[in-house]
Amino acid sequence: MEQSWHARKLLTIIAEAALERALIAEVREAGGGGYTISEVRGGGGSGERAGDWEGDRSVEFRVICDEASAGRIADRVMARYATHYSLVLYLTEVGVRRAERFP
Amino acid sequence: MSIDPVILFFLLGIIARLVKSDLRLPEPIYEALSVYLLLALGLKGGVELARHPLTTLVPQTLAVIALGCVLPVVAYVALKRLVRLDRINAAAIAAHYGSVSVVTFAAGVAWLEARAIPFEPHLALFLAVLEVPGIVVGVLLARGAGAGGALTPMLKEVLAGKSVLLLLGGLAIGALLGPAGLKSTAPLFVDLFKGALCLFMLELGLVTGRQFAQLKNSGARLVLFAIVTPLLFGVAGAALGGLIGLSVGGAALLGTLAASASYIAAPAAMRVAVPEASPGLSLPVVLGVTFPFNVFVGLGVYHAYAVFLAR
Repeated sequence: MEQSWHARKLLTIIAEAALERALIAEVREAGGGGYTISEVRGGGGSGERAGDWEGDRSVEFRVICDEASAGRIADRVMARYATHYSLVLYLTEVGVRRAERFP
Repeated sequence: MSIDPVILFFLLGIIARLVKSDLRLPEPIYEALSVYLLLALGLKGGVELARHPLTTLVPQTLAVIALGCVLPVVAYVALKRLVRLDRINAAAIAAHYGSVSVVTFAAGVAWLEARAIPFEPHLALFLAVLEVPGIVVGVLLARGAGAGGALTPMLKEVLAGKSVLLLLGGLAIGALLGPAGLKSTAPLFVDLFKGALCLFMLELGLVTGRQFAQLKNSGARLVLFAIVTPLLFGVAGAALGGLIGLSVGGAALLGTLAASASYIAAPAAMRVAVPEASPGLSLPVVLGVTFPFNVFVGLGVYHAYAVFLAR
C-alpha cells in the first residue's frame, strides 16, 4: 500500500456560472486531467453574488495538476475571460495519494 | 375586485429584501419550482394545442415569430437613439426586451384565471417560440455580419436549455395525453399551479428587491425606457393577438408576452455571446423595473386594451 504524499498544485478558479462549460473545455484542452465544481456565493468590489437565481450563480472550479498544466490553464483563462468576467484564480500546494491520476 | 395572491407574495418578497430579512428560498427549491411551472404551462397548453388545426396554428406561430424579430430591433433603435447607449449594450438590452419572461406569462395566466377570463392555453407554445428570436436578433445587432461564430454555440445552448425543452416537451406530452390522460396528473400540475407560482413570486420579490439598489446607476432615460417599452410592446402584442384571431384573454396574454423582458435566457445568452455588454446595466431595469411594472400595472393595461380592441 502506497504511504506517501505526492506534491501537486491545486488551481482554484472562482467565476460566474456562465463560464462553467468554457472552463471545463479549457481544462480539458490544457491537459489538466480532472476537475471539481461547487456552487458558491460571495461578494466583492462590484457587489454581491448571492446565487439565488440563474443569472447570479458563481462556481468554484478546482483542478489538481502539475505546475506547468496549472500555468497553461490559468494563462488561457486569463487571456480569454479576464477582460469581461469576474474571476478569482489562486494556486496552492497540495499533497495527493494515487499520483498517477494527476498530470 | 379581489387582490391577486400572486401579487401579495411578490410584494412580501420585495419587502423582505428591503428590510434585509434573512429569508432565502433554497436554490434547489427555486430550481424545482421553475421546472414545475414550465411543465405545468406546457402540459395545459398541450391539451389545448391538440384541438387546434395546423392551418390556424402555423400562420399564428409565424406571425408571433415575426413579432419576436421586430420588437428587439425597435428596442435597439430606441436604446441607441433615445437612451444613447453604445451599440453593444443597446443590442444586449434589446435582446432582453425581445425575448420573453416565463414568470410574467405565468402571472398573466394567474391574473386571467383569477378574473375567470377565458384564454387559449396553447399560448404556451408562443411562450416557447418567442424566447429565441429576440436573443438571436440581439446577438446579430451586437456582432453584425460576423455573428456566425458566436451564434451557433449560443443557439444550441438556448434551444437545449430547460425552458424551451420543458415547454415544448410539456406541450408534446399534453397533446399526446389529451384531457383524459392529463387527469391523473392534474392534482399536481393543475391544482397546485397557483400555490407554486406564489412561492416562486416570493423568491422573485427577493431578487427584484435586490436590484432596486442597483438602479441608481441606471440613469433616468433607461428607467423610463423600461416602463415605456413594455407598454408599447404590450399594446402591439395585444393588437397582433386580435389580428390573428385570439380571444380577448388570449390577446391580453400575447400582449403580456410581448411586454415581458427575459431575465433568465437572455442574460445567460448575452454573457456567453456578447460578454462585453454589462449585466449591471440590463438586469436592474429588466428585473427591478419592467418585471414589477408588468405584474402590478401592465397585466391590467394589456387586458383593458384587448377589451377595447375587441369592441
